[in-house]
Amino acid sequence: MKKITYSLNYRKPKNQYSDHDELVVCLRYYHSIGNGKYKVTKKSTGIKCKLEDWDTDWHKSNNRHPIKSSDPNYLEKNTLLKNLSVELHSHAKNIKVSNGVLNSKIPEGSLDMKWTNHKNKVRLVSPANKRNIDIIVVGTGLAGGSASATLAEQGYNVKAFCFQDSSRRAHSIAAQGGINAAKNYQGDGDSVHRLFYDTIKGGDYRSREANVYRLAEVSTSIIDQCVAQGVPFAREYGGLLDNRSFGGVLVSRTFYAKGQTGQQLLLGAYSAMNRQIARGKIKMYSRHEMMDIVIIDGKAKGIITRNLVTGEIESHSAHAVVLASGGYGNLFYLSTNAMGSNVSASWKVHKKGAFFANPSFTQIHPTCIPVSGDYQSKLTLMSESLRNDGRIWVPKKLEDAKKIRNNILKPTEIPEDDRDYYLERRYPAFGNLVPRDVASRAAKERCDSGYGVNKTGEAVFLDFSSSIIRYGKEKALVKGLDMNDINLIKSLGEDVIKAKYGNLFQMYEKIVDQDPYKTPMMIYPAVHYTMGGLWVDYNLMTTIPGCYAIGEANFSDHGANRLGASALMQGLADGYFVLPNTINDFLADDIKTGPINNELPEFIQAKKSVEDSIEKLMNINGSKTVDYFHKKLGKIIWNNCGMSRNSVDLKSAIKEIQKLKKQFYSDLLIPGDQFSFNEPLAKALRVADFIELGELFALDALKRNESCGGHFREEYQTKEGEAMRNDKEFTFVSAWEYDKIIENSILHKEKLLFNNVELKNRSYK
Amino acid sequence: MKIWRQKNSKEKGKIVNYEIDEISEDMSFLEMMDVLNEKIVLDGGDPVAFDHDCREGICGSCSMFINGEPHGPDRGVTTCQLHMRKFKDGDTIYIEPFRSRAFPIIKDLVVDRTAFDRIQQAGGYISINTSGNTLDANTIPVEKENADKAFDAATCIGCGACVATCKNSSAMLFVSAKVSQFALLPQGKVEATDRVLNMVKQMDLEGFGNCTNTGACHVECPKGISLDYIAKLNTEYAKASLKK
Amino acid sequence: MLKKLFNSSIGRKIAMALSGIFLIVFLTQHFLINITSVFSDSLFNWLSHFMGTNPLVQFVLQPILIAGVLFHFVMGFVLDYQNRKARPVSYAVFSGSKNSLMVSRYMILSGAVILSFLGLHFYDFWIPEMEYKYIEFKPDDPNRYHHELVEKFQDPTKVVFYCISFVFLALHLVHGLASSTQSLGTSNRYSSLIKKISYSFGIFIPLGFCFIAIYHFLSH
Repeated sequence: MKKITYSLNYRKPKNQYSDHDELVVCLRYYHSIGNGKYKVTKKSTGIKCKLEDWDTDWHKSNNRHPIKSSDPNYLEKNTLLKNLSVELHSHAKNIKVSNGVLNSKIPEGSLDMKWTNHKNKVRLVSPANKRNIDIIVVGTGLAGGSASATLAEQGYNVKAFCFQDSSRRAHSIAAQGGINAAKNYQGDGDSVHRLFYDTIKGGDYRSREANVYRLAEVSTSIIDQCVAQGVPFAREYGGLLDNRSFGGVLVSRTFYAKGQTGQQLLLGAYSAMNRQIARGKIKMYSRHEMMDIVIIDGKAKGIITRNLVTGEIESHSAHAVVLASGGYGNLFYLSTNAMGSNVSASWKVHKKGAFFANPSFTQIHPTCIPVSGDYQSKLTLMSESLRNDGRIWVPKKLEDAKKIRNNILKPTEIPEDDRDYYLERRYPAFGNLVPRDVASRAAKERCDSGYGVNKTGEAVFLDFSSSIIRYGKEKALVKGLDMNDINLIKSLGEDVIKAKYGNLFQMYEKIVDQDPYKTPMMIYPAVHYTMGGLWVDYNLMTTIPGCYAIGEANFSDHGANRLGASALMQGLADGYFVLPNTINDFLADDIKTGPINNELPEFIQAKKSVEDSIEKLMNINGSKTVDYFHKKLGKIIWNNCGMSRNSVDLKSAIKEIQKLKKQFYSDLLIPGDQFSFNEPLAKALRVADFIELGELFALDALKRNESCGGHFREEYQTKEGEAMRNDKEFTFVSAWEYDKIIENSILHKEKLLFNNVELKNRSYK
Repeated sequence: MKIWRQKNSKEKGKIVNYEIDEISEDMSFLEMMDVLNEKIVLDGGDPVAFDHDCREGICGSCSMFINGEPHGPDRGVTTCQLHMRKFKDGDTIYIEPFRSRAFPIIKDLVVDRTAFDRIQQAGGYISINTSGNTLDANTIPVEKENADKAFDAATCIGCGACVATCKNSSAMLFVSAKVSQFALLPQGKVEATDRVLNMVKQMDLEGFGNCTNTGACHVECPKGISLDYIAKLNTEYAKASLKK
Repeated sequence: MLKKLFNSSIGRKIAMALSGIFLIVFLTQHFLINITSVFSDSLFNWLSHFMGTNPLVQFVLQPILIAGVLFHFVMGFVLDYQNRKARPVSYAVFSGSKNSLMVSRYMILSGAVILSFLGLHFYDFWIPEMEYKYIEFKPDDPNRYHHELVEKFQDPTKVVFYCISFVFLALHLVHGLASSTQSLGTSNRYSSLIKKISYSFGIFIPLGFCFIAIYHFLSH
């Protein structure tokens, strides 16, 4: 039975209000979850009402005194309810019955046997039947490329989509550092369990044990697979694979290909795809952007796309839809993501019923090249590996910082005693190699206090001079050269640094026009990766049956902070090894379905609504370009929901984004027409989704009243300014259900259970 | 600035003049294009279409022919890494699309480089299925020198600068990089014969020109891929044709 | 097999390289014989007589040589036509000089000049020779070669034209030899040495030819 109550949304004790005060009318919807228990969903109607109009006797009792729909005369209780009954009713009707508790479908058994058992139990599809089943994969990065290739190898007909001109250009290509795998080739005590533990701990205990363990388990197969494909990993002189160490762990388990690991892995997946394209098992649609998902009888059955060259809106049908569309760091406008990276595919699916998990969990990478001006379109990452040899500092004295900003003083002129190596000072144990979230916050703290060192005041130094001297002396000793010749020592040291980081130093010099061998680099944190994403169960399926999310697009493995070199691992694990196993289980029901007609009414309707929304944007004819809105959105998010957050800023961000959304739909200017190559239109469609996501992002950050990983709430910190987790109340995944009014999105909590690790405080002191 | 404007693949294009000022020398070339486009849109015009994505020199999307050279006057960079400090106030900058019969123009400076994808599909892979049961990665040692050479070849970003700058529009450097990468690794040797024959056949079908060893491709390649790989391609091809 | 090889771009490139190297071998031989004219009339006469009368040279090597020359030129023009077709719309600005040697970009031009020179050269030496031997059936005179050669180089305009042609020959050779080794796939630690040798060879041989022409012009 439907049970709804209407009440005013009191924000403070009743006796502090007067008759003329206006309050928002609020609905509470009670739905039964069995055993006589109810789940309450609260919704604001946005309609304001004066206290005296609501109920003349409002001040007589101290409780909310709600009007219940079970009361037969409830419409007569006050004038507003009577007049607005239709509108309020529609609100009540719009409240969706949520499917109660999220089912993560984690298999039974001990942690190390879960995946094996699950693989043994899932249903299979025979090769003959696979030929009759189509799968759509959106995105061709590491996750999408590897999934497309593997599914096609198995015999499915794959339709792969990417918005770039070739699948090889997906942004996985830009990953620099490496990929983790628990191979223990170095014999330094690494194991699947250690990789699992490091990842859980690095994620600040906000990820699923079972998923992370599986990730660690399949990590070794990834390296085997990639080597077999001809990925040229770095090797030692003996011809075997080389490893290096990465942030926050005590073993060397990172495989790499110079500073281009992502590129080499992606080209591996791309070549595997090419083989299947040649066999006709993959049909590749490049320069196509997904505009919507089509759901028939509750299951994902296809997508609507826009051809970015001709502007044509097309329908594509399949028996399952896999999203591998990456992260949404571009919400911040400036990030290390590619210009085209966007949330639209995920967001469209979210709007059709898939839950969005932990949207506010964002990784801000500490070492990026700082912003140089308003025109800036993109930030460039400098690999984490630089922190092995670079020391981070700012001047100790405020006046020195000011002089540096005004170009009166050079950084090399500041004596050693006047430098503040703040990471070494605050975290003596880990020093410059603290995890990304900690390093980023520390840099922000120094710059906010006025010690920033570039003209915008938002940069710190990353200094290699002491490493150059150290390496130089080592080299001179080995070669038996003069240890007192400082120029010789320097040039020997520079050679060592060049061999290690040459390409990064060159990149820095091209962008900043300063020689980082002679003067310290300037760096500042920038948005890099989003841990949040579509909620998926153990099978990587979203809450829409038949719709899967893999790679950065899902939320599953990194909790509140991702460790370095783990993104590549997750993308390939999902694509090569996890999804191709779990998707069979779902498709086993579809062996008799036959081809799906893409002219069914659901497709036609979805196509029509996409066309309408494009028409709507084209017809605004305002005065501001898309970039204007994107920049503005980025500023709001960066300033209020960036490296540190507080409830006041987050609330104001929500309001500002709502305002921006209104302005967007009334003042946007898109040149040209929708039936041709039109980049501003493609961008506008993406930004429209970013704006909506932005609101949910702030809402999620607001509701998580704790600090964990990349999510730092100023209200929840220790006296020394360190993050304070609240395991008692917040050991859960926030999975958001869409609502037209984003503020009313419904929060579902997936409780995280830790049976194999103990929740500890992360300390790097 | 003198920029090539062409509405779509069917219509004829022409060079159109634009003037732009207040450009900071710290801007990247594409940021300058952003500023220009913002201006064009606000004036009611159609912005200049160009390909770009990662803006850090690795995805290979950006593809402009600036003052007679692909990716502009700087060396070892893509257009997105080119900065305005390489130009002087008052300079005239010519911007054209990459031109080749095999790269038809889509709009303005955007060209269709799927010919490269088709060459790769013809054989740019090692036929291996994903199983999780392949050989352990350390089973086959690879001589470090070969591993490094294979890596250097594999750094190709598929941008097409080699084709654009070659006076013959030859794609030899691109093809040679992929062929060499696999030919240098033991995993790739098994299929080496068919691979090189098929990839070269596809390259010829796409309508690229012939190689006359001018070496321009190597100089303009943002990743500095060596001409030695073309030599390697030639021997691989000769060996393969004698075999089959 | 071979047909497939020479139907592909790389095959044709290898064919160009092989025919080029063959012509270079001929050129070297031609030069070595001619240079004897500077220091020994009799040696030159003897060599020329041998080349002019030996049936193996006359009826086997000579046709092969002519075929080689024709092949190299025809293929050169065919390839150039194809290359032009590969870029139907040309660039408004093309800064070739910034990334490659001029000589490498204008092989077709230097080749065409050499072709026209060959016309003259045939007219000067080969056609009279053929007439002498096979049309007019004049008596065999083993000592006529040297003074015939010297006579040809008494006209200053001819010497100048020859020398200019040799400059073009040098331009063609400087790129051509290095390029053919690249086409044949030499890429090892000797590559840079091979390159240096090709450059020196490309300059030395035409310079030598110039020297012969000028020497005979001045010394008589």
